[in-house]
Amino acid sequence: MKILVCISKTPDTTAKIAFTDGNTKFDEANVQWIINPYDEWYSLVRAIELKEKDAAVSIHLITVGNADSEPIIRKALALGGDEAIRVNSNSNDAYFIATQIASIANEGGYDLIFTGKETIDYNGSSIGGMIAELTDAPFISLATKFELVGTTATITREIDGGEEVADVILPLVVSCQKGVAEQRIPNMRGIMAARTKPLKVVEPTDADTLSSIISFELPPAKAGVKLVAADNVSELVRLLHEEAKAI
Amino acid sequence: MSVLIFIDQSDGHVKKSSLEAITYGADIAKQLGIAAEGIVLGTVSDDLTALGKYGISKIHQVNNNALDHVDAQLYAKIIAEAVTLSGAKILVFSHNQTGKAVAARVAARLKAGIVSGACALPDTSNGFVVKKTVFSGKAFANISILSDIKVISLNPNSYQTIAGEGIATIADLNITVAPSRIKVTAINKVSGEIPLTEADIVVSGGRGLKGPENWGILLDLAKELGAATACSRPVGDAHWRPHHEHVGQTGVQVAPNLYIAIGISGAIQHLAGVNRSKVIVVINKDAEAPFFKAADYGIVGDAFEVVPQLTAAIKKMKASV
Repeated sequence: MKILVCISKTPDTTAKIAFTDGNTKFDEANVQWIINPYDEWYSLVRAIELKEKDAAVSIHLITVGNADSEPIIRKALALGGDEAIRVNSNSNDAYFIATQIASIANEGGYDLIFTGKETIDYNGSSIGGMIAELTDAPFISLATKFELVGTTATITREIDGGEEVADVILPLVVSCQKGVAEQRIPNMRGIMAARTKPLKVVEPTDADTLSSIISFELPPAKAGVKLVAADNVSELVRLLHEEAKAI
Repeated sequence: MSVLIFIDQSDGHVKKSSLEAITYGADIAKQLGIAAEGIVLGTVSDDLTALGKYGISKIHQVNNNALDHVDAQLYAKIIAEAVTLSGAKILVFSHNQTGKAVAARVAARLKAGIVSGACALPDTSNGFVVKKTVFSGKAFANISILSDIKVISLNPNSYQTIAGEGIATIADLNITVAPSRIKVTAINKVSGEIPLTEADIVVSGGRGLKGPENWGILLDLAKELGAATACSRPVGDAHWRPHHEHVGQTGVQVAPNLYIAIGISGAIQHLAGVNRSKVIVVINKDAEAPFFKAADYGIVGDAFEVVPQLTAAIKKMKASV
């Protein structure tokens, strides 16, 4: 049983969002990098739990990124996972990235591929679906629960106004979100072990780039809050009705 | 050459987010002087011809109940085939649950560039550039799609639906549906509740409400407003409320017309889930709560006193109009 977990490097959730070079580049100064929370808390931890239940499970991590991604992938290895692959490319294009992962997935013969439901920087929600298409596997998006018995996965996923439970026979691609697992903190043993786990660097395979970022913009600043006295609630209702036209 | 819009349905009804996608796709078609058509999968009880009033002339339908559940693999195959058959160059989805499952998959199949989470019409003056939200609503990016076929998924509640005149013709699309590899065993819908991501108004509570037993005042307010209910992460983590109500960076991202935050301090991770809301009201007894900086209206006061008064005042206002 082989699981491939896709790992992405993102700015910390509290990072200040600013841009440089005439608003064409994300300003990386003073930014603390983390594993994309959806990749770490949900998909990676769930994979680790599956391995804890069944020692025959092996977990490979994959990231598409330049050498700056190595601390992130080491941290992921410290949480768990047997080995990691880094595809040496800094592309932002979902199709290019998915093609890299799909190429490794097709070679590696994975039974299960986990992604986070999106990255918290570009919010694309694209990679999981694309990998599934490029590997001709079923895709379950926005999973909130994942159970595995033999080669049958039982997955609960978010749908409009509720949830759907389905059985799927592996191989399978799943995008994970809250509910699938709980966040863990790496322990010292894991951190030490991660130093010697294999981290293979491969050059990207040929693939088209189908999109490119032209520029960034920050939203206009809020005008400032209009405070209403706590004993004058009807004034708030008037403002929401007449001024904001929100009720 | 045309724009093809995926019309998402649930239990036979066309979703509100799809009406936005239709209006958006029809406006792109108008901008480029080409036709706008729709595609719908599965059995639908709504009158599809009436969707013509949102600007589409024709709707392709694969009327097969095997498609009543979303299987991204089957959907992608059929939609890609429809794109080829209809000669569409631009494919539009809503960036809702179905869009997140299907749009990127179709894009990969067609080798088409995708912008997911679009929030404005494309700029076609020089290439094809689409604005989207990034960094969980803290910024925007303008993305150029370089491929011949282009896929866009539109953020729900970011484009005004406009109904005009018009009737769409329905064309049965004769496509063989392969057996699904996904066996749906249960669907649990919370009946009577408004889906959080489709709600016009969201009323949300935080730790300031002190415990699940105090949620009554919030539920009363939500009921009066016809609002969906939500909560902050600590509230979800403490199981005061079901986790699907957790709004924030790692929970649900919402963009309603009105977001009312009660007893939520407004940590940056929470704001990341709500900052696309049009109007934000914050009720908090701590005047220093960071949420006030992101709010349009605020009341510094005790939620247990303010919220019931607010519910009563809204009831009164509604009675008078």
